Amino acid sequence: MKIMQCPLNGPRNISEFVYGGEVRQMPEPNLCSDEEWAEYVFFHDNQIGLVQEWWLHAPSGYWFIAERHTASDDIVRTFDPSERFKERVEFAPNPEVSAA
Amino acid sequence: MPFSLLKYGLRDDYPFEKDPDLPAPTELKRHYDVVIVGGGGHGVATAYYLAKYHGITNVAILEKGYLGGGNTARNTAVIRSNYLTPEGVKFYTESVKLFKGLSNEFDFNIMYSRRGQLTLAHTDSAIRAFRQRAEINRHFGGDTELIDPQQIRELVPTLNMNPGDLPVLAGLWHRDGATARHDAVAWGYAKGATQRGVELHQLTEVTGFEVENNTVRAVKTNRGTVQCGCVVQAVAGHSSLLAAKAGFRMPILTYPLQAMVTQPVKPFLNPLVSSPALHCYVQQTGRGELVFGGGSDPYPLYNTRSTLDLKESLLAHAVELFPFMANLRLMRQWTGLTDMTSDYSPIMGLSPVDNYYLDAGWGTWGFKATPICGWTMAQLVASGGKVPELIEPFAMERFRSFRQVNEMGATAASH
Repeated sequence: MKIMQCPLNGPRNISEFVYGGEVRQMPEPNLCSDEEWAEYVFFHDNQIGLVQEWWLHAPSGYWFIAERHTASDDIVRTFDPSERFKERVEFAPNPEVSAA
Repeated sequence: MPFSLLKYGLRDDYPFEKDPDLPAPTELKRHYDVVIVGGGGHGVATAYYLAKYHGITNVAILEKGYLGGGNTARNTAVIRSNYLTPEGVKFYTESVKLFKGLSNEFDFNIMYSRRGQLTLAHTDSAIRAFRQRAEINRHFGGDTELIDPQQIRELVPTLNMNPGDLPVLAGLWHRDGATARHDAVAWGYAKGATQRGVELHQLTEVTGFEVENNTVRAVKTNRGTVQCGCVVQAVAGHSSLLAAKAGFRMPILTYPLQAMVTQPVKPFLNPLVSSPALHCYVQQTGRGELVFGGGSDPYPLYNTRSTLDLKESLLAHAVELFPFMANLRLMRQWTGLTDMTSDYSPIMGLSPVDNYYLDAGWGTWGFKATPICGWTMAQLVASGGKVPELIEPFAMERFRSFRQVNEMGATAASH
């Protein structure tokens, strides 16, 4: 079975992990337009290459980020989210609202 | 007469050659009215109907591999129309109708075989959902009914009625369920299309588009650039990649789907049998082999590799359904790429680029729609962008207006 390196638990079988989608910025749901929200929820880049993705180690309930190639399935690096998110994350700025 | 047979065998021109099925490859022309990207079932079917019913023959099909060699060759060849939504049922019912007449239409045997498809319910909620599907199917002219365990035993005597401690409570019996030879479908369409003047260019990969004023002017390929009147995208498994070259994103994630086939045995299983709860569907081909398919892989990937863990879980379920299969050997296994949409319906019709038409998002349900896709996409192209009523609900725009067509419960194996 394919092995994934969990930053918290070490190498584990891939079946213990749950895919959580690409890491991307969420628009402010209360302020963005329906169109922007649909774009965020449904539309994807879905390209071939290295991407950063959320993964969950289900038995320990631990979310982390993995850098994975979407064609070779090589998992280049896994790391704790604190490495990327050093401070509180704000929603993507909404140009219309900030102009108002 | 043995003597005349011997004489025939010794003739110079034996084996007797008629015109080849496909014309020899030619150079790309400088301009085509229609460029179809993707030489799988959907692409060649579109070309066929364009040429035959709309008189549009200045058409090129660009295929980066070989005819029908992508996901047309990698599916499990299930034909059925027992979906859940009125939009889906209407669409797939038309497809089943076209499939029935294809061998005659082509004068080429696609080995269409009407078997009936049986979906198993293991829970009360599944029975309720099946009853709804049976009613909707009947309303739109399909032949589907809910049957009880005794009827299931009569249809499939070898089925274990308590697989994996999930007792079989009822079944959705869809008499129109069928199978056909998937390669032959692509070949039949390609032969019919090329005979009418359509050009099929294999080993021709699209590398980009020249877009001016939101209109595609030319298609760039590894064999040069061709001008085009319009473009049809029919590249299952690569929809997002091609769309990105045309400059837009799609509501798709691409997952591998693994399937396999056993050694041949005597015919014992007439219907196609599927169990959504066990993530498994089984059918016996005309050659006696058993074909298994299941759900997609658990995470997106552009790779047709195989994994042992998915094989193990799929086979464990298949053996629960038919315990004697534990003694069979696997002959082949393969993987297709499925462009999954979040509502399990396709994306057909217009795109953000004016003369660029979409036939995408075919997930795990593309083969059964091949004829009707060709039919409706040809109408769309011939009318210059007037979307046929049958595919209106499948517009990509539905994701922005929150009008999805939810077929999630109606796939053969839930994902």
